[in-house]
Amino acid sequence: MNHNITKTIGMRFQNLFLYIGGATLLFIKTLLVAFTPPLKVRHILQQMRKTGVDSLPIVFLTSLFTGMVLALQSAYQMQRISAQIYIASLVALSITRELGPVLTGLVVAGRVGASITAELGTMKVTEQIDALETLAANPVKYLVVPRFLALLIMLPLLTLYADCIGIFGGYIVGVFKLNLSPSIYMNMTTNPLQLKDVFTGLFKSGVFAIIISIIGCHEGFRTTGGAEGVGRSTTSSVVIAFILIIAADCFFTALFYFIGR
Amino acid sequence: MIQIINLNKSFGDNHVLKNMNLNIEDGITTVVIGRSGCGKSVLLKHIIGILKPDSGQVIVDGQDVSKLSAKELNKLRLNFGMIFQGAALFDSLTVYENVGFNLIEHTDLDSQTIARRVKESMALVGLKGIEDLRPAELSGGMKKRVGLARAICMSPKLILYDEPTTGVDPILADAINDLIKDLHDKLKVTSIVVTHDMVSAYKVGDKISMLYDGKIIETSAPEKIKNTTNPVVKQFITGAAEGPITSRETNE
Repeated sequence: MNHNITKTIGMRFQNLFLYIGGATLLFIKTLLVAFTPPLKVRHILQQMRKTGVDSLPIVFLTSLFTGMVLALQSAYQMQRISAQIYIASLVALSITRELGPVLTGLVVAGRVGASITAELGTMKVTEQIDALETLAANPVKYLVVPRFLALLIMLPLLTLYADCIGIFGGYIVGVFKLNLSPSIYMNMTTNPLQLKDVFTGLFKSGVFAIIISIIGCHEGFRTTGGAEGVGRSTTSSVVIAFILIIAADCFFTALFYFIGR
Repeated sequence: MIQIINLNKSFGDNHVLKNMNLNIEDGITTVVIGRSGCGKSVLLKHIIGILKPDSGQVIVDGQDVSKLSAKELNKLRLNFGMIFQGAALFDSLTVYENVGFNLIEHTDLDSQTIARRVKESMALVGLKGIEDLRPAELSGGMKKRVGLARAICMSPKLILYDEPTTGVDPILADAINDLIKDLHDKLKVTSIVVTHDMVSAYKVGDKISMLYDGKIIETSAPEKIKNTTNPVVKQFITGAAEGPITSRETNE
């Protein structure tokens, strides 16, 4: 009995380390071939459209509503102490430092990460990845690198876009619902906001891009077992990316907090 | 000449190939027969270097495939063509891009030359006018042909067929067998066909080897294997439900 439990725990740990090792190895391989010519510019552009441009509507909606909700929720507290004008600053800082990058990361992990895993997973189970290898094409170079670079470029841009839309959401509530003056609202948004705040957010979104692309591709490559297997890997790709994004966010927020002090 | 020496491969607890040995001569078609899941595809994937052996060697033209660097392996693979069981065409590309994949990716040929060679390869397998379609729009038989056209586009010296006639109707299966024979005669290639379809094995094979329990248990010419004395081979080629293969499986 005890022996079985130890064996199970041992197996779990072994699998965990194998997984971390596999994903790290894929990341290193990706970096190694990412910048060696020939760069597949057409593939990268295609992926940038799929991962970035096509995500604009959903990022617009999530960040607009988040900005609005943030303004409304803080109004509830701020009105009690007559400090409504600080709503603008609160919205601006929370969005740029935290909610913009994290929400965009999560939305993209759900939308793009899942589709990467489903696509590569299907390719794996239908032997298309083996076929690539037999045609002397490196699957990492051909499939992972374009997705990796596209996300690395597009996720920070999407985050920047989410920042603007989120602040705009707060502005709508602040100006039209809470009757703050537009010029004061804009002043209170831009005054406390430093370039550093935006950059820490963008840095985090770069890390999230790495997480989404590498986990998405790694899960795709290790898919086995037909359609059911593709479903399973897609689920775990999204779940693992979500957990890692939130964990990485916590880590970097703490890091920047201590560095910034 | 391809030599497979003491090849071992396991997946978890499943020991698929056990000290397997096989010599494949140049210029002829060798058929490897065996039950589903006995490791025939695994064998092909070792020859083309997609899988690495646990121990043993696969020697192609004097080089040990598992010891080659990625670059050397890719160079070797450009001389190979492989046809997959499910065709394994790239869904995101058109038929033209699939067939011309190697030419587009690995050569500096101009687009007219590539177009001409793609057309030639497709003509060899009896296809034309479907260049702009996507794999999802093709029937199963057409997919197999496109897969074949893709494999021969770089004029390979060795063609590996993984269950070429599985999942197609008998008439099409016979057409594919003719195609394999034709290609062999026209291109003078070495072919390895993995199958459990005995009609196909007799028709295309110059030599037939039976893979059983991780080893090659018999290799002979098609007409000789019909008179085999090995009971295992006999059961397989006659397709009998009763015999040493099934009684062993029941005991396990």
